[in-house]
Amino acid sequence: MHAGRAVGSGGAVTATAPRRTGAVAPGHGNGMPAPRRAAIAARTLRTDRWWIQPLLVVLALVLFTIYATFRAFQNAHYFSEPYISPFYSPCITTACEGSSFPELFTGPSWISPALYVLIFPLGIRATCYYYRKAYYRSFWLSPPACAVAEPHKRYTGETRLPLLGQNIHRYALYAALVINVILFYDAVLAFRDETGAWGHMGLGTLILLANAVLLFLYSVSCHSCRHIVGGRLNNFSRHPLRYKAWMQVSRLNGRHMQLAWASLLSVVLTDVYVFLLATDTINDLRFF
Amino acid sequence: MTYDATFRVWRGDATGGDLQTFTVAVNEGEVVLDIIHRLRATQAGDLAVRWNCKAGKCGSCSAEINGRPRLMCLTRMSTFGEGETVTVTPLRTFPVIRDLVTDVSYNYDKAAQIPAFTPRAREKDGTHRMQQVDVERSQEFRKCIECFLCQDTCHVIRDHEENKAVFAGPRFLIRLAELDMHPLDVVDRKDAAQDEFGLGYCNITKCCSEVCPEGIHLTDNGIIPLKERVVDRKYDPLTWLGSRIGRRPKD
Repeated sequence: MHAGRAVGSGGAVTATAPRRTGAVAPGHGNGMPAPRRAAIAARTLRTDRWWIQPLLVVLALVLFTIYATFRAFQNAHYFSEPYISPFYSPCITTACEGSSFPELFTGPSWISPALYVLIFPLGIRATCYYYRKAYYRSFWLSPPACAVAEPHKRYTGETRLPLLGQNIHRYALYAALVINVILFYDAVLAFRDETGAWGHMGLGTLILLANAVLLFLYSVSCHSCRHIVGGRLNNFSRHPLRYKAWMQVSRLNGRHMQLAWASLLSVVLTDVYVFLLATDTINDLRFF
Repeated sequence: MTYDATFRVWRGDATGGDLQTFTVAVNEGEVVLDIIHRLRATQAGDLAVRWNCKAGKCGSCSAEINGRPRLMCLTRMSTFGEGETVTVTPLRTFPVIRDLVTDVSYNYDKAAQIPAFTPRAREKDGTHRMQQVDVERSQEFRKCIECFLCQDTCHVIRDHEENKAVFAGPRFLIRLAELDMHPLDVVDRKDAAQDEFGLGYCNITKCCSEVCPEGIHLTDNGIIPLKERVVDRKYDPLTWLGSRIGRRPKD
């Protein structure tokens, strides 16, 4: 007999209170103040400028959406040998400018090739745990800021469709990782000159490379990646390599928000650079 | 250096109340709880306030200071301007008993419902052995002092009283995560987390992490990993299939 604590029935060391069984039901509010709470009419008593952060997020995401939509539908000025805009990569139809990727099918010329592939980067960002926080707060005001009342009478969170669909995030990550590989491939192709000769490098090469690196770091710093790499394990000591990988991903995960914004900005800057080259507004700065 | 500060303190009970204004002396180095004590000693002898350690470790003096859920003992007066009015109210998510004291029994009810820690059988020598790397994720959540600021700030129940029946709140979602990650525990809490404790109600807006006085990363290290574990179980066809045909080891 050891002198340990007595173990209750079923091996539990303490008792568990009875609880409701079955699936939770969605809440139905009536918008009225909750009973017995302190009678405070103000939606919030915060005195700081809590609205600045959601406002900045709205501005940034709306501007990005307008720009990305315009460029995706423009169907022009997205390729300047040897660079291709990340909005159009991989370019998979016979209607593509340049030949940076195998042409898989003949699409109608009026459909922009960007529209076939943009769903993948859109997928990981729309279901990303950081962006969810950003847009739930800023666009849906649920809540607009901490301890600031939300305007909705009813709230069911991510318990029902369509928001239950946020759980596909890991599949969006898998797709994004494929796109990440293709963007590195684009960056390698950028070590050529306008004639296709290898061993050259310009400012555009660096920009494409930096963009590919930032997007890759954004993908691997994702919470789903952290879970898949090792987070799901309960005994790290039996999986030392996965534990090391989990530690590295966890470090990156702490910077997931910064990487989300940095990579969003880098996509725009890369696209702008290619646009300026493609329209002959500027010339590429060639290093060698 | 002493100055007179203007304090607005909510006074009342479940039948009603209002913010009352006081002018009270503030000394250098004091915290909001010191001022509340001085208020009670000099002007409002029947002011109800719950407190204990004055060191940010007991989790008793939770309140809302200028609208932000804070511990009164950890909120320095030097963070406010001398001319700034400081407003102190009780936690708005829980029923008020009197003045700054609220009834937080919702939290104890939820705590009692969490399936208890259930360790695997002991080793032959009567011990339980585990590696530090295996248990340190759970240990982060053991820092919790149960001040319930995260519960107070969570909009799921703060703005929707009706959700209290179906949502355990961030403090108990990390309790579920703590136990689910524990290397010795043998009970699976994933289905219960989603179906009975309302994990799906959390939309990860991270206010719980923002207000935690212990700096626990509730969302990144607890709730999101728990959500991912639930996805493994309920929403990912590949992991579901893998565990069905025995190709996905449990650990």
